[in-house]
Amino acid sequence: MEIIINGQTEQSPPGTIAELVTRKGLAPGSLVVELNQTIIKQEQWQTTSLKAGDRLELLSFVGGG
Amino acid sequence: MENDVLKIGNVAFTNRLFTGTGKFAANTLIPKMLAASGSQMITVALRRIDQAAQTENILEYIPKNVTLLPNTSGARTAEQAVRIARIAREAGCGDFIKIEVITDMKYLMPDNLETLKATEILAKEGFIVLPYVLPDLPLAKRLENAGAAAVMPLGAPIGTNRGLETKPLIELLIENCTIPVVVDAGIGRPSQAAEAMEMGADAVLVNTAIATARDPEAMGRAFNLAVKAGRTAYLAELAEQSGLARASSPLTGFLD
Repeated sequence: MEIIINGQTEQSPPGTIAELVTRKGLAPGSLVVELNQTIIKQEQWQTTSLKAGDRLELLSFVGGG
Repeated sequence: MENDVLKIGNVAFTNRLFTGTGKFAANTLIPKMLAASGSQMITVALRRIDQAAQTENILEYIPKNVTLLPNTSGARTAEQAVRIARIAREAGCGDFIKIEVITDMKYLMPDNLETLKATEILAKEGFIVLPYVLPDLPLAKRLENAGAAAVMPLGAPIGTNRGLETKPLIELLIENCTIPVVVDAGIGRPSQAAEAMEMGADAVLVNTAIATARDPEAMGRAFNLAVKAGRTAYLAELAEQSGLARASSPLTGFLD
């Protein structure tokens, strides 16, 4: 299915946010996830399933002034 | 000076140098700089991750006793700033937010109108809002009425290290605002930070001048001293200026 991750359309197998994070090899500690403009806390990653057309933002804090 | 506390929101700061995490050559310099500068509040930014690169978690380099001040950099509208602020709070960064709304990419001038709109919304949601603005007294009073916890006028454009180019306008804010005035952006030297504090600024926020110095740790220490010197001078109340000389030694009793 197609989902939009950080503005880019990607092909993704069905599954949860936790599965996507693992599949992409992302470090969960610093990751902030927003799904369709709602923050999904880390505790909810395993129970939140992705569906076609979802807009996912994978964010993290970086240096800034 | 021991009791000279700056209260912003629910936090009492005994150090009036706020710092930023941008532009450090390595994240490991940040905790060293924080220790040397004594800074008790530091900014961070929120960005999309680079999926191809494993990045460090910058928050791990900031001691827990230092207040996080996430900024809304990257926002071009009030709406975007509000969204970033909500994300930052949900992500566990606390209630402080530096509103930074910029559409002008040449001078990085803050958009005061969008900033006011974002302040109105976020203050109502319980954020401790520190808007970054061009120094404009009527706007600052509107921010105050909207519930801003402080106002952060720029001294010069971001990253320019040119000092207090807007000094007379910042002075109006200092004289007339009831919320703290934090000079943010443009401060390039400790002497300029001291100057801001001498004129009565409540704090300064310095990032580039520290982060891009050859030795950020030592520069953090230098800024700490300068801010303390300027603050002490302000509290001591500066002696008057005069057009003509006024002898410091007696003008009588000269030898023949």
